[in-house]
Formats: sequence, structure tokens, C-alpha cells
Amino acid sequence: MSYVLGLKCKECGHRTGIAAVHVCEACFGPYEVEYDYSGMKGKVTRDSITRGPRSLWRYKDLLPIDVPRVGFHSGFTPLKRGTRLAAELGCSDLWIKDDSCNYPTYSYKERVVSVAISKAVEFGFDTVGCASTGNLANSTAAHAAQAGIRCFVMIPHDLEQGKVLGSLIFGPTMVRIRGTYDDVNRLCTEIADKYGWAIVNVNLRPYYTEGAKTYGFEIAEQLGWRLPRHTIVPTAGGTILPKIYKAYQEMIALGLVEDNQPKIYSAQAAGCNPVVTAIHKGVDIIEPQKPNTIAKSIAIGNPADGYYVYQAVKQSGGWGESASDAEIVEAIKLLARTEGIWTEPAGGTTLAATIKLIQQGRIPRNESIVVCITGNGLKTQEVVAGELPYPVVIEPRLGEFDALLDRLTPREAVPEVAPVAV
Amino acid sequence: MSVKVRIPSPLRSYTNGADVVETQGANVGEVLNNLKSKAGGIETRLFKGENQLNRFVNVYLNDEDIRFLKNLETPVKEGDEISIVPAIAGG
Repeated sequence: MSYVLGLKCKECGHRTGIAAVHVCEACFGPYEVEYDYSGMKGKVTRDSITRGPRSLWRYKDLLPIDVPRVGFHSGFTPLKRGTRLAAELGCSDLWIKDDSCNYPTYSYKERVVSVAISKAVEFGFDTVGCASTGNLANSTAAHAAQAGIRCFVMIPHDLEQGKVLGSLIFGPTMVRIRGTYDDVNRLCTEIADKYGWAIVNVNLRPYYTEGAKTYGFEIAEQLGWRLPRHTIVPTAGGTILPKIYKAYQEMIALGLVEDNQPKIYSAQAAGCNPVVTAIHKGVDIIEPQKPNTIAKSIAIGNPADGYYVYQAVKQSGGWGESASDAEIVEAIKLLARTEGIWTEPAGGTTLAATIKLIQQGRIPRNESIVVCITGNGLKTQEVVAGELPYPVVIEPRLGEFDALLDRLTPREAVPEVAPVAV
Repeated sequence: MSVKVRIPSPLRSYTNGADVVETQGANVGEVLNNLKSKAGGIETRLFKGENQLNRFVNVYLNDEDIRFLKNLETPVKEGDEISIVPAIAGG
């Protein structure tokens, strides 16, 4: 059964029924889904969740969906202990929540899109769409293909090839817009208005954003029903960070985990860091920026939920850090080298920010830390292509290989061993 | 100066459903303030105080966010278009 009561404005508290609306008619603030938490008490339990499917739908009671339509294999990605990375960083309890392997398009966006498209089908829309920096486009196109509904995706004109092809293959109508994500965003608001389509991150935003909570639920469940002390999250439009924080608070309220005062931290690229700038200044007004960074998936200069990122970070006692493009690439390589995970620049940003926060002493080395990896490096090969030594080529002769090995790793001469007669 | 203002759907209850309203002013703030003569009450949705926009109201002059210009003091000229756009989630 559903525990959804309706929509409530996050700013002024104005209430309205469940519909494809996202902006409060009273104050222009964002609507958020309101639940009957008292009705959940004793019914939404560790047991009831554990009995659910091994996908994000195990948390269906905490989502605004009665009948899931897509995403049956999305979510429930690994939370892995980062032993080698921890050793490198000198900390003892480091975890990686790895959505680089989220099904089917390898980013955290499967979570929000599974919820939004399920809702679009429930509302009876025949067309869905999105404004995207790439990952959302991939996920929307794939889930729309599975649902069998028409799909339009709008992206900035200069995205990485992997992200363009990664949408096109699913057969949506894809439109590249000359401009930044913020321009695309604005156009999509007008398209949603004019054509009455379900744009997942515009008029389905109240449902869409709820899907991001599952990232936080999973962290807590997979840690053995406890919260990490420190969670570092990349910030673009500002959807996921406040929703992870909300997930933690919901689990505390339902008695599913103990309240250990979890702190949450925002990571941004130095070339687009309006929220981190506000956190450092201690001012809750997010000044927009013109993005200039290789971390294109998080290059959003005018983050819609930046204010709520600020609030969650400040309330929790967390902080924010930014990383230069060079630091982002180094962090991508570090995560790959130590943990065997290839993330995109957003993940590099998060790890680079984590390293700074540890070095600053803001995150104690002996406390539990979760680094949120939200996307896959296979889609953004351009950013590391020039950074790695290209493999040499040799003739198919052992002597050439021996010589190569000597050049690469000079070593003591190995005595010739005569073959053993059998 | 006559300027077109594009009205997003959540605010069209103030404009009898019109998506564009033409009004006057020398700068963006004046134009938005003068909307009330044609769409009474809309000013309470746009502004939270004297010359201060609500947190979730984004205003564009032609293609540029006015926060990259001179905010509400940005001068306008004949034929300019102002868009009022609610904030939307990331992607």
C-alpha cells in the first residue's frame, strides 16, 4: 500500500494533490512528496525491506509509486570497502558506494528515472523527456525504450561522444542545444509547458527526486543498518545530496538505524562550484556561474536545488570542497589503480574533494566514510585518453617481450633454466 | 519601452492563461513590477520584498540570466523579451 499523502511545498508548506506539477503556485518553491510516516511505523521495517527485491524497489514503501513499471534491476549497487584506497589515504573505515555499475546505463540516474517513468506511465503520458548533461539522457532513453514510450532528450551541444551514443542507441529523439546545461534546462521548462510532455526533471521533479533517496537507503542497509559518519556527494543540480540526507533522516525516524549525527559534504569541480562557494562564504544565496570544467556531468552553473544542498550540509555539520580538472583526473586514476573502479569526472571530483577534506582534518581518518561514486568512466574516455601511456607494439617474439620487460622494469638477470626432461 | 514577458504555466492563473504579456519599463525590475497592472497579484509570487526576487524565480533577459547582467537594474530596450523560469532539477 502507499503511504503518500500528496505534494507539499518545501518553502511555504502549501499542499496539493498528486499530479504532474513541480512548482508551488503560491510561492514558486519546489513541491515535495509528503508521506504518512506514522502509518509506516511498525510496518516499514528492516524485515519488510529485506524481503523486497534486490533492486531500488525494495524501498517502494518510501517512494511515491504504487506500481513500478521500469527499473526492476536498477539500484542495489555494491557498497564496497575501499581497503587499498583507505591505506593510500591513511584512513581506516572507507567505503565506496558504486553506481558506476548501476543497471542499465551505469549511473545513479537509474534511480530517479525508474521512479519518474513509472509515474509518467501511471499518469498516462505518451511522451517523456529530459534536460541532461548526459547520464540522465542515457537513463531516460533506456527506461523509455523498456516502457515503450516516446522519448525526447535535450543535451548541451558539446557532450562526450560516449554520452551521446549512449542515448542514441535506445532510439530517442535527441536534440543538441547550442548552450550550457542551464540553457537546455530553461528550454525544457518551456517545452514541458507548451507540449504537456512528462519531462522527468521538470514537471515530474517531485517524484524524480525521491528516487535519489534509494542511494542513501542502500548505504545504510549495506553498512549493516547503520549510518556512516561522513558521506561525500557530488553536487550538480543538487538533487542527490539533500535526498541522501533525507533518506538517512527517514531511516532514523522509522527506527531503522541509530542517529549518529551523520555529516554530509558537497563536492564540486573548481570550474563550476556555486554551492561550495556559498558553503565557504556561509551565505545561503547561490550565485550562478558559467561552467568551465571537464566534469561535464556536474557542470550546472545554476543548480535548482543548490539551496537545499547548502541547508543539508550546514544542518549536518558537513562542509564542501572543489577540485581542479587536474586533481579530478588524478583522483579518477587513483580510484582505478587502488580499487578497480573506473569512474567519470564527477566521481573523480568526489574523491578529490574527499582527499582534501581528510587532509584538512575535517573528516577524521578513523571514522566511517562513504565516497559516493555516481557515474562510469567508460562514457568519458576523453578525459583520461591523453593521461595514460599508450601501449607499445612489438613483434610476436619472446625475445622482444623480454627486451621490453627489461626496459620497463630493469631487474637482476634470471639464470637460464634448462627444460626438464619428462 | 515595450517589452514582452514570457509567463510560465504556474503563473498563468494571473494572466487569464496568456503565456506572453507585453508591458512597459526602463529596466527589468520596472517591467516585472508593471506586470501587476495586467496581472494583478503576480507580483506577490515574483517578489519577496522591495526589489528582491523570490529564491526560486529565475529571470532571463533574452538569453541571459539577469544575475550575469545588472539583476533587476538591467536596462531593457524595445523588442527585448523577458522570461520567468522556475528552477528545475539537475540532469
